[in-house]
Amino acid sequence: MLAAPAGTAVAAAPGSAALAWLAELAGTPLPSRRQEDWRFTDLSPLAAIPAGIATGSSGPSADPWAELSLPAGVSRLAAGDPRLGSALAASDCEQHWPVLLNAGARPALLALQVEGDGGSLELPLPAAAAGGLVAWRLLLVLEPGARLELLLAPAPASAEPQLLSLLSEVVLGEDARLQLGCLALGKGHACLLDHLVVRQAAGSELLATTVTSGWALARHEPRIVQEQGAARTRLRGLQRVDGRQLADTHSAVRFDGPDGRLDQVHKAVADGAGRSVFNGGVQVPRAAQRTDAAQMSRNLLLSDRARIDTKPELEIVADDVKCAHGATVSQLQSEELFYLRSRGIDSATAARLLQRAFCQEVLQELPAAARRHDPIAALLGTT
Amino acid sequence: MIRPDAPVLLEIRDLHACVEDQPILKGVNLTIRAGEIHAVMGRNGSGKSTLSKVLAGHPAYTVTGGSVLYNGGNLLELEPEQRSRTGLFLGFQYPVEIPGVSNLEFLRVATNARRGQRGDEELDTFAFEDLVRERLALVQMDPAFLERSVNEGFSGGEKKRNEILQMALLEPLVAILDETDSGLDIDALRVVAAGVNQLSDPDNATLLITHYQRLLDLITPDHVHVMAAGRILRSGGKELALELERSGYDWVDEQLAAPQGQQGRQPLEVG
Repeated sequence: MLAAPAGTAVAAAPGSAALAWLAELAGTPLPSRRQEDWRFTDLSPLAAIPAGIATGSSGPSADPWAELSLPAGVSRLAAGDPRLGSALAASDCEQHWPVLLNAGARPALLALQVEGDGGSLELPLPAAAAGGLVAWRLLLVLEPGARLELLLAPAPASAEPQLLSLLSEVVLGEDARLQLGCLALGKGHACLLDHLVVRQAAGSELLATTVTSGWALARHEPRIVQEQGAARTRLRGLQRVDGRQLADTHSAVRFDGPDGRLDQVHKAVADGAGRSVFNGGVQVPRAAQRTDAAQMSRNLLLSDRARIDTKPELEIVADDVKCAHGATVSQLQSEELFYLRSRGIDSATAARLLQRAFCQEVLQELPAAARRHDPIAALLGTT
Repeated sequence: MIRPDAPVLLEIRDLHACVEDQPILKGVNLTIRAGEIHAVMGRNGSGKSTLSKVLAGHPAYTVTGGSVLYNGGNLLELEPEQRSRTGLFLGFQYPVEIPGVSNLEFLRVATNARRGQRGDEELDTFAFEDLVRERLALVQMDPAFLERSVNEGFSGGEKKRNEILQMALLEPLVAILDETDSGLDIDALRVVAAGVNQLSDPDNATLLITHYQRLLDLITPDHVHVMAAGRILRSGGKELALELERSGYDWVDEQLAAPQGQQGRQPLEVG
């Protein structure tokens, strides 16, 4: 963990009048920085958001996905499907503030079921240009043996202050396989709360990749439960902050049975006076013998005003397990920079090449549909 | 090829440099003319590699005295990238691995930086592929290495071939090859030496930094210099390298131990 220059101004404290409407919607006060999970996360950018729920997310009467055509193997579930809410319950986060806020905002709901090979799908998340709060809620059920490649690309329609709230629930049946990509490219004053909860049955495989950049405030909370163990979870994260942006990833993976596997790499690039937070929770209770978990946090600190907080949080009770974790924070390597410069490549271009290489490792794990969004240009500016 | 009337490409005068306040170069003098191949030899720690890094502009080294004229201009005021674009090339002793940066793209960006400086048009991906495949033949390198990350997972020999490939693409005016022979088996050494020989012409110059005669069996130097304690202690023709091979460097210690007056003498000609 790194010490950072002090003195960043705080525009509004949680509980101030500008935030009261968000507390009211959620039915609970905003998290305070005295809470461990929110210690490094300054919510003051939310104060700029005009009160009100933007059109496009106000319930079944305005279904934003009415025109959505689904690939073979993917069908809609009824809104009353009993699995709705089950992953939230399994991961103990029904009372988390982003979850309560999403519920209070009466999100547009899309519930999908996948049987057999669902192919690949990009789900549009239409935002309103006017600002305010936009909320979506997804339920995705992969029946045993089903497969799907899914891209979510939450993006603001403008640079106006707005809050996008995305709650995705995933239920993976036995031997199901989901490649899930979340490409979250923000701009201006837009903020994002992205909450993902996944129940994995034995033999299932989850590859979840989240790339986030450009938000005044972005909070990603992937929470995975391997309910019988014996499943595979591969998490990849990349967050880039610049200016006064803040990106925060709080991941949590729990093994409720033996022989589970986790392979997690989280990367961050912090420039300007940006702040990056990563907290990687892994729970290996007694029942989770022979768990094989590896977590790596790699961080690139490009400015002396930027700040990176990274923390593995492993709770291991089982005694026959392999759990590795590590974190690195570095600047661009001077020998790499010099090598590039000694070949006529100016230092700005060289720095961009090295940053791109750093990011590419995660970007290449996004579903192929992400290429259309040209994520590398969005992250680093055009080269 | 020695031509007394050939233009001077590099003129190093009384060069002093240090790293982290530790003086390494203590008055290097060396003049290199077009068409010449020079070899700088010497033990580890004599300052050979420092000389190459200082000439390429490595930011860890600070020049504390002296001057370097390069092709008529002041080399020391140029950024490393400007030195490269104007034709100074350093072949690294330990080429750097850059995971995630494609070798092909790296070579193209570097080549275009040099071409831009010379007023040549930039090569697009297709035109560059043609050029790079032609130059690959010179170093007998497998095209598969173009698709990989820069030097990542390359063997020692592959890294050095990649260096010579870069030299072939950048067409330098002055090439400094820092222990290009280290870590090479005899076949790779032959390939690398043949590449360097083919790239030498009457308008450019090469400075080889090496420990061993075996490179000089394949690339015949016009001048050989012996470095010790941050200076060039002795200069001669190719015979000097052969003599070093026979008699080693013990005489260096004797000369360094000799009274101050003798150290300042003109370098001895041998043979």
